[in-house]
Amino acid sequence: MSAIRVYVPRETSSVSVGANEVAVAIAREAGNAGASIELVRNGSWGASWLEPLVEVEVGERRIAYGNVEADDVPGLFAAGFLEGGEHERRLGPIDEIPYLITQDRWTFWRIGLVESLSLDDFLLHQGFKALRKAWEIGADAVIDTVTEAGLRGRGGAGFPTGIKWRTVADAEGDQKYVACNADEGDSGTFSDRMLMEGDPFGLIESMAIAGFATGANKGYIYLRSEYPLTHTILTRAIDTAREAGWLGENIQGSGFDFDIELHLGAGSYVCGEETAMLESLEGKKGIVRYKPPLPAIEGLFGKPTVVNNVVTLASVPNIVNLGGERYAGMGVNRSKGSLAFQLAGNVKRGGLVEKSFGVTVRELIEEYGGGTASGRPVKAVQIGGPLGAYLPEEQLDTPLDYEAFMEIGAMIGHGGIVVFDDTANMAQQARFAMEFCAIESCGKCTPCRIGSTRGVEVIDKLISGEKRDESYDLLVELCDTMEDASLCAMGGMTPYPVRSVLKHFAKDFAPEAKA
Amino acid sequence: MTPRTIDNEAVATIVGRFDSRPEMLVQILQQIVQHHGWISEDVIRQLASELNLSRADVHGVVEYYHDFRTEPPGEHIVKICQAEACQAMGSRELTEHANSVLDEDTTLEPVYCLGNCACAPAVMVNGKTLGRVSTERFDAALAAMREAGS
Repeated sequence: MSAIRVYVPRETSSVSVGANEVAVAIAREAGNAGASIELVRNGSWGASWLEPLVEVEVGERRIAYGNVEADDVPGLFAAGFLEGGEHERRLGPIDEIPYLITQDRWTFWRIGLVESLSLDDFLLHQGFKALRKAWEIGADAVIDTVTEAGLRGRGGAGFPTGIKWRTVADAEGDQKYVACNADEGDSGTFSDRMLMEGDPFGLIESMAIAGFATGANKGYIYLRSEYPLTHTILTRAIDTAREAGWLGENIQGSGFDFDIELHLGAGSYVCGEETAMLESLEGKKGIVRYKPPLPAIEGLFGKPTVVNNVVTLASVPNIVNLGGERYAGMGVNRSKGSLAFQLAGNVKRGGLVEKSFGVTVRELIEEYGGGTASGRPVKAVQIGGPLGAYLPEEQLDTPLDYEAFMEIGAMIGHGGIVVFDDTANMAQQARFAMEFCAIESCGKCTPCRIGSTRGVEVIDKLISGEKRDESYDLLVELCDTMEDASLCAMGGMTPYPVRSVLKHFAKDFAPEAKA
Repeated sequence: MTPRTIDNEAVATIVGRFDSRPEMLVQILQQIVQHHGWISEDVIRQLASELNLSRADVHGVVEYYHDFRTEPPGEHIVKICQAEACQAMGSRELTEHANSVLDEDTTLEPVYCLGNCACAPAVMVNGKTLGRVSTERFDAALAAMREAGS
């Protein structure tokens, strides 16, 4: 009789609430029962609120159990866990959980399904199929397909990926690079992390495709240091891929050379800005560069460089496999395809929800998120990280579409959605936006470096009611200056959350503050 | 616990791991901090010499990044996420609680996002990320940390 497969995620969120202890308990109980099991460490399906979510394979089905604690395991075994037995933790077959099956999983389809660090499992699930196809159709056709798909940068800026790749491909240079931005610093975002932990070989394949398409033979991953488990998983995956001939010289006899070097960040938020990241990859302070020149022309070590976010890159294999037209058929207007939205903060069912663009914020936080975790009314929703606007209740029907968000002075960014209930003090949140900018500013340009500190001071005056009209006008003027004159999005967009609070939550400042 | 001092030889070993490439400075410093907790003036001097950089260059990089402590930390390092998703779930109150219960053997640092935003508030204890950290869970983690460390 073959071993029964039991899936326990090795993924930061799941492990942070006890998945490793659950895995140990399951192995022990199986040993006691004399049952032969195979523990499979997969990624998280993204239903973070159900973590640790374990599954047992029964026949063709995978039966899920949610919020399992190590102490539950003996009881689970007594209830016939290995046969999918009834228990209060039992959720039913994984492919019947509404939260998961109603999503549009284009980029995240393999996550949760496969054993993260098994190259065999990856190959069984279309692994490297797109890279092989890329070799077959040629670099130009790959770029055309990505352009046709309408894929835009998922790191936040939304720049068309195909155009970026074409620029690098056409740039003069004996050496070109692919730099994967895995410095996922926005609060409320974790999609890069989930992808790297759940499908590390998928990222490796995606980077190889980008390298092949643009003529780069060297890739870098810039991973933030706050993700130690991701670092462990990626390191092992890169080694495994190299040993198996999927990285290095003459990959699988194709004549194509490509290798990846993994770098760690060191706790600087600005290093998520592409040029600051390049500086950091060169071993320097993460200070923003002037643009132009664009990194696509003069990037890492002055060479043409594709800088793409993890999720952007990982969207490519299916675009190559299924065609750009198919991807462009999803989404709305100029926001094509899908985005892995992340529900976080004060939300009952937090997690990752990959949906086609056009879904509204309300649909995500009510239908998927189930409202606030506290059960209190939603007061504000911050979208797009610390530089994103706070949306009040009346803006929650805005469709998630890059341009629709720009129209209301907001941004989608990397797709993080952070919910606050009615106990939140929005004046404090506006103050935090400026404070965070002051802490993280790289210091190169004055509006950001000085403006953020002055911003905190002015907001403190507004909160205390000191010279309120004057302070209000000064804050608005400061926001104008930062927005118009900062070198990058750090100073340039910190005013977004501040202005949104002034506009929608002015009552949270001193009672008499003018709206 | 990891030793809080580092000798020349250990620094040289780490530098050697990166083939003495100056562009690996951030990586080298990261390894030193991860294993030894902090960066001393002596380490800065040695790195400048081994990587053929100016001391000002190395100093600038050390000063720039939050991860690169220039003072030895306590025996344990606890980081509480101070970013928005955790704020929405009470990280400010949790930080107040932490300040009231932590001893001098523990260094408490802010961190801006551990990527565990759907299981907020998030805390990192000696490099391990924890989620859904109530004050009770925080105290239990602290007790476990002390037990493991002694």
